[in-house]
Amino acid sequence: MTHERLYAGARQAATILVTLFGLLVLTFCIGRLMPVDPVRAIIGEEADPATYNMVAERLGMDRPIYEQFLRYLGDILTGNFGVSIRTGQSVISDIAHVMPATIELATFAIICGAGLGIPLGILAAVRRNTVIDHVIRVVTLLGHSMPIFWIGMIGLIVFYAALGLVGGGGRMSDYNIGLVPETTGFLLIDAAMAGDWEVFRDALNHLVLPASILGYSSMAYITRMTRSFMLDQLNQEYVVTARVKGLSNSRTVWHHAFANIRVQLVTIVALAYGSLLEGAVLIETVFSWPGFGQYMTNNMLVGDMNAVMTCVLLVGIIFIFLNLLSDVLYKIFDPRTR
Amino acid sequence: MTIKSLYGTETMPQARVSQFFAGPMKGLGAVLKRLSADPSSCFGLVVVVILVLCAILAPWIATHDPNLVDLPNALRAPDAANWFGTDELGRDIFSRIVYGTRITLSIIALVSIVVGPVGLLVGTTAGYFGGWCDTVMMRITDIFLSFPGLILSLAFVAALGAGLENAIIAIALTSWPPIARLARAETLTFRSADYISASRMQGASSLRIIVKSIMPMCLPSVLVRITLSMATVILTAAGLGFLGLGAQPPLPEWGAMIATGRRYMLDSWWLVAFPGAAILLVSLAFNLLGDGLRDALDPKQR
Repeated sequence: MTHERLYAGARQAATILVTLFGLLVLTFCIGRLMPVDPVRAIIGEEADPATYNMVAERLGMDRPIYEQFLRYLGDILTGNFGVSIRTGQSVISDIAHVMPATIELATFAIICGAGLGIPLGILAAVRRNTVIDHVIRVVTLLGHSMPIFWIGMIGLIVFYAALGLVGGGGRMSDYNIGLVPETTGFLLIDAAMAGDWEVFRDALNHLVLPASILGYSSMAYITRMTRSFMLDQLNQEYVVTARVKGLSNSRTVWHHAFANIRVQLVTIVALAYGSLLEGAVLIETVFSWPGFGQYMTNNMLVGDMNAVMTCVLLVGIIFIFLNLLSDVLYKIFDPRTR
Repeated sequence: MTIKSLYGTETMPQARVSQFFAGPMKGLGAVLKRLSADPSSCFGLVVVVILVLCAILAPWIATHDPNLVDLPNALRAPDAANWFGTDELGRDIFSRIVYGTRITLSIIALVSIVVGPVGLLVGTTAGYFGGWCDTVMMRITDIFLSFPGLILSLAFVAALGAGLENAIIAIALTSWPPIARLARAETLTFRSADYISASRMQGASSLRIIVKSIMPMCLPSVLVRITLSMATVILTAAGLGFLGLGAQPPLPEWGAMIATGRRYMLDSWWLVAFPGAAILLVSLAFNLLGDGLRDALDPKQR
């Protein structure tokens, strides 16, 4: 038994290593395919050929392609992700600087998404094929089908320009920028720590619209999955047994069926949290939110190779990790998969 | 009578060929009937038909020239002359949306033409041969699947350069893995079926078995999957256009229209509202149609 588990663990580790290696090959290819000449990006268009060759040599651009790849591999393994050409700082410190804004946004979004999505999904499953189910289906389908950047703009037009209920673009109003010392990078936490509730309210005001729009898109996914998990359970015999025993409907649903889908729900929410990165790319552009998504797209637009490669690599690693996490959770909580 | 003459080379290929085209298509009438019975997939079907008609008949439907700059009439609110208003250069937004259907439709068509066969080929080959071939191909598929589609497309477009053609290539590059996965799973279920063994015993080559016996069986579910993924393809293409990495501004692509309209949106809401509504409508239609097709082709799923 332990042998088998050890073997399975080693197999999984090998799979992850192979996937990571493939990821590195992919990012390397993307970096090499980019139309921007990294040497020209540093020295400019007017430099003479001697300087060009010197810089190319220092960057290792004159070596054969497999040697360049090995060098890239070595750099990544030693934690050297290079310098962003656009900002002139190391890519990792740039990303560490913008990441809290995105995490703040995504965390609020996932709280909205899971907090609404799970109850709605259960409701739809319990009241299957009724008006409630159909209404929920339409709401989730709209969430799946809407272009998120467009809803963001419509939200700005309605709630910011017309009604004045929320703040506009950015994380806070211009007059509040720099008032709170940046300790954690999470604006809400920083403001609360400094005791500046004016800034806190302002930040919340700016956060609520983009976060709820992002949350809507993940709610659509979570609701759909919850509904289908719940339907699976409700069709099982133990639910019939519980009903026959005379348990109330709510007790059957919450104590029996829900208890059995908790693990699945945790993994779904974890994956949805990761997928928010995708929506964040668009929503951050609409709301001028200085986060990871905007950092990545800005670098793509100017062709900043090191930054783009590292961003893509990071997203890939986050998703590999999330998939691994959901596998592990399944194994821990569901004895049948052991 | 030998087996060879019973299922001989003259009759069998023809039967297979007609099955290849007719198998999934013969049921088309029945499928259409089922679809029209369900109001939501009916809606999806109607919108898709309208989309196709708009693309074909664009010059007759559009009320204005989509590229005609008319500065005195810039940023006019919707009225009788310009149904959806005009943009910052005085171009008629309704006409631009109508012409935009051609771009949307060509993106969809090109992506499906690439993605369907590639996904089918990779999936069926991996599933049929199994072993190392399967492992290697599925590892590659997994690497692509470990990314959210939009971010991988963004990365490819950044590598290839912005533009409509490159956006289409990038979207196609990111959309084949789910189809390959599906085709592989389907292949595994009837890899050891009797009719496959029969044609192997007749001496059919692997290529022949994959193309003539396995692919037709995978086709219905792959078609459903492609229809469902069209909604994502449209959203990704619009997102790329919006970020300035897809179709470039003079083209009436809906995402790019929203991107240029963004600067004027607080005063002139119609610049972003109508193109976005068009995207929403079309992607909703594909989602509904895909759901309906799945129910019609495979009633077990619900």
